[in-house]
Amino acid sequence: MSIEQSDHSTELTEHPATFPNPGLPPHRPRLGDEDPKAAKRSERLVLLLFTVSVLASIAAIVGYFAIPVDPETGSVGNTRLSTLIIGLGLGLGMLGIGTAAIHWAKSLMNDHDKVEERHEIAGDAETRSTAIEMFNDGAKDTDIARRPLIKGALGGALALAPLPFLVPLIGNLGGDWDISRFKRTAWAPAANGDRIYLATDPTNRRIKASDVTIGSLFHVMPWNLPEHPNYLDEKAKAVVLLVRVDPQDLKETEERASWSYDGIVAYSKICTHVGCPVALYERETHHLLCPCHQSTFDVTDEAKVVFGPAGRALPQLPIDVDENGYLVAQRDFDEPVGPSFWERER
Amino acid sequence: MTTDLAPGPKVDPKIAATADFLDTRLGISKMFKGLGRKLFPDHWSFLLGEIALYSFIVLILSGTFLVFFFVPSMNEIHYPHDALPVTMQGQPMSEAFASTLNLSFHVRGGLFMRQLHHWSALIFVGAMVIHMLRILFTGAFRKPRELNYLIGFLMLITSLLAGLTGYSLPDDVLSGNGLRITDGVVRSIPIIGSYMSFMVFGGEFPGMDVIPRMYALHILFIPGLILALVAVHLFLVFWHKHTQYPGPGRTDKNVVGFPLFPIYVAKAGGFFFIVFGILGLMGATMSINNVWNYGPFDPALVGAGAQPDWYMLFLEGSLRLMPGWEVVIGGFTLSLNVLIPAVVIPGLLFTILGAYPFIHNLVTKDTGEHHVLDRPRNAPTRTAIIVAVLSAFFVLLGAGANDLIATHFSLSLNAITWAFRILFFVLPVVAFVVTKRVCFGLQRKDRELVLHGHETGRVVRFASGEYAEVHQPLDEFERWVLVGQDLPKPLEIEPAEDVNGVRRPGHTKELRRQNLSRFFYEERVEPVTPAELAAAHATGAHDALPASAGRDVHELEARSH
Repeated sequence: MSIEQSDHSTELTEHPATFPNPGLPPHRPRLGDEDPKAAKRSERLVLLLFTVSVLASIAAIVGYFAIPVDPETGSVGNTRLSTLIIGLGLGLGMLGIGTAAIHWAKSLMNDHDKVEERHEIAGDAETRSTAIEMFNDGAKDTDIARRPLIKGALGGALALAPLPFLVPLIGNLGGDWDISRFKRTAWAPAANGDRIYLATDPTNRRIKASDVTIGSLFHVMPWNLPEHPNYLDEKAKAVVLLVRVDPQDLKETEERASWSYDGIVAYSKICTHVGCPVALYERETHHLLCPCHQSTFDVTDEAKVVFGPAGRALPQLPIDVDENGYLVAQRDFDEPVGPSFWERER
Repeated sequence: MTTDLAPGPKVDPKIAATADFLDTRLGISKMFKGLGRKLFPDHWSFLLGEIALYSFIVLILSGTFLVFFFVPSMNEIHYPHDALPVTMQGQPMSEAFASTLNLSFHVRGGLFMRQLHHWSALIFVGAMVIHMLRILFTGAFRKPRELNYLIGFLMLITSLLAGLTGYSLPDDVLSGNGLRITDGVVRSIPIIGSYMSFMVFGGEFPGMDVIPRMYALHILFIPGLILALVAVHLFLVFWHKHTQYPGPGRTDKNVVGFPLFPIYVAKAGGFFFIVFGILGLMGATMSINNVWNYGPFDPALVGAGAQPDWYMLFLEGSLRLMPGWEVVIGGFTLSLNVLIPAVVIPGLLFTILGAYPFIHNLVTKDTGEHHVLDRPRNAPTRTAIIVAVLSAFFVLLGAGANDLIATHFSLSLNAITWAFRILFFVLPVVAFVVTKRVCFGLQRKDRELVLHGHETGRVVRFASGEYAEVHQPLDEFERWVLVGQDLPKPLEIEPAEDVNGVRRPGHTKELRRQNLSRFFYEERVEPVTPAELAAAHATGAHDALPASAGRDVHELEARSH
């Protein structure tokens, strides 16, 4: 801005540093303020909207009674229609009232801006000094300044008093608090030493090694698991994916050579990231993919993580076949399944 | 009998008896005197909080309906063979899931109420978040409203908990896996994680307790908490009087607006019905969370392409982006791959969000009361910070949908994930710089408008052959909005040494504060001053024709002919 160039120097001499607030602008009349016909039109529109609301509400009630959804006479179509009519009726009933009220307010009610003064939030000096005086009087009445022991005792008692409530509350929430259960699954051999058969999930049929063709994927659980008293808890840990790959593709360490059977490997289905079931298998690449956060594991390479947020390979279940050719677990997993936890390695 | 307490104006006889009854028992005339004609300023963005409030009321109403038909039990039953839908007949499932199916198919209006409830929840949290952004962008959190901001922030947190607990109740495959992820996240917390997992589930996942527990929290504890916070929040809105946008006649010492009765009774009351109506139409026509398509929860099943409700999607995205870091220290396992994205990052985000007004006070040493809002462009650094944080949030939202992006656009999932990992760090920086520049650009545009007026599209030719467009200067009311802002200045501090060459104590601290203050306020575009405007009018021969006087233009036109 080149102010100097101006030759109207008189105009430049006395300008305030900032613009003054001009105050409220003049009221801009609405159509209805000047034209009674327009106001009448607005009134009619308000009436119409209220009427729409009334009709819609009635329609919803009629729909409620007219459409049966009980098991004998109902159908999916009826449920759908009933939902639609009750919902539309309620929705339009509400919308009619809302639009009518707002149109009324905006087009017909007085729309002149009004001004109200604000007061400072804090009390003025007098209020404050009165309040301080009152507080000091009260504090003096308690005599706490001269008896500091009471203050300490009160604090201590208040700190402890919630505990008889909180300790039983929290103490009961965790059941038996036996977190070592994280480390055991239903694959552990029974008390009499019987090993656990692999069975299909959810049909609970035992699996013969010969049924497992190359490239096929079996969703597996311990045989007869549904009879377990804590079926879902156990299933949440014990589910396994069974895959047969060409034994030549399998990269096995010596330690794990005996864990597979003729190219058949079994890995925990519970993701080591946050525990979703690793449900997708890509036959071409031998990759298992968790649909929740896309952790990817390589079946041929001890289910190590190829991509994604998981930090560890899927635990491998050591398997074997019995004399009849049925697949069976040698023992429980060697490590805890599922997401990590603080005491995992202990 | 009405008692004539005082001569004076008389209320309509039709309501006189009621008014007298209420006044003699509640002192309602005093309340009405204080509140009845209280003024509220008008602006569309003030409706955002209202949308949240009204959605919450709809949530309570529809939730009450659902409570009567939902059975919060994890006991296993078999779905009856005569009940709909056919695909679920005879299937083993929890009573919670069965009652959800029953109330959807065999309770008249039940499915509508479920859908109404779910849509209201999504809109509720959405409206809260956008309301909060409005507060941040316009500086409405500044003194004296910091504490009310904090209450609003607590409502946001409790609402997320309400969403999480409610989403888990139907016990379908999706909600079950949501709980499973929650379990994985809780377990990653150092030292107490395993025990906290037991605390949530009453033992191991899934157990038999989690749904009744979530139910108790969802229908009693959390809504009670939100209701209490709403009451305090609204009380403080009344107590502080509402903020207003800058405009002619508006100052930090007044409120310009319309009275509560009747304008806002009609407008805000009407708006409640509008929100309810639109949510109703959504519940009637837009199906949501069709749990019978997913089936009852089974820990071995999961759906591909499943996303949580939108307000949890950023957590999902952050879990997906994190590389698989896990360390063992002294025999104890630390899952950084879960802890960082699901605990540390949201923890940081929410801490900064909740503390922002106090950070602002600390940085700016701003002690005045503010009742006139900032236009976002006039606080460029703050606006840029908010946009930067938002951009990171949007990256996480995108990452939460990376599988859908991959399948819909036939892209490599790994490439998308890597792109989001990089964007998470780069985009906020870019967003910050760009937003700040855009704000300065808009401020300069405002100056331009004040100095030269509106373009009219009318081009005139001078006698000399020169062409120029006629500009229409702003009237003083329109101009005030563009020049009225009082921009804060960066902190001035004393030199490091006083006149005697002695180092002043506390100088480094002040220096730090000055640097922060400069970061916020140093780069600035000042509003036009009266002197500048006068100069522009005097000199700008073709920029600012004296268009206020149409006569002059006529003269020009006449001369040009």
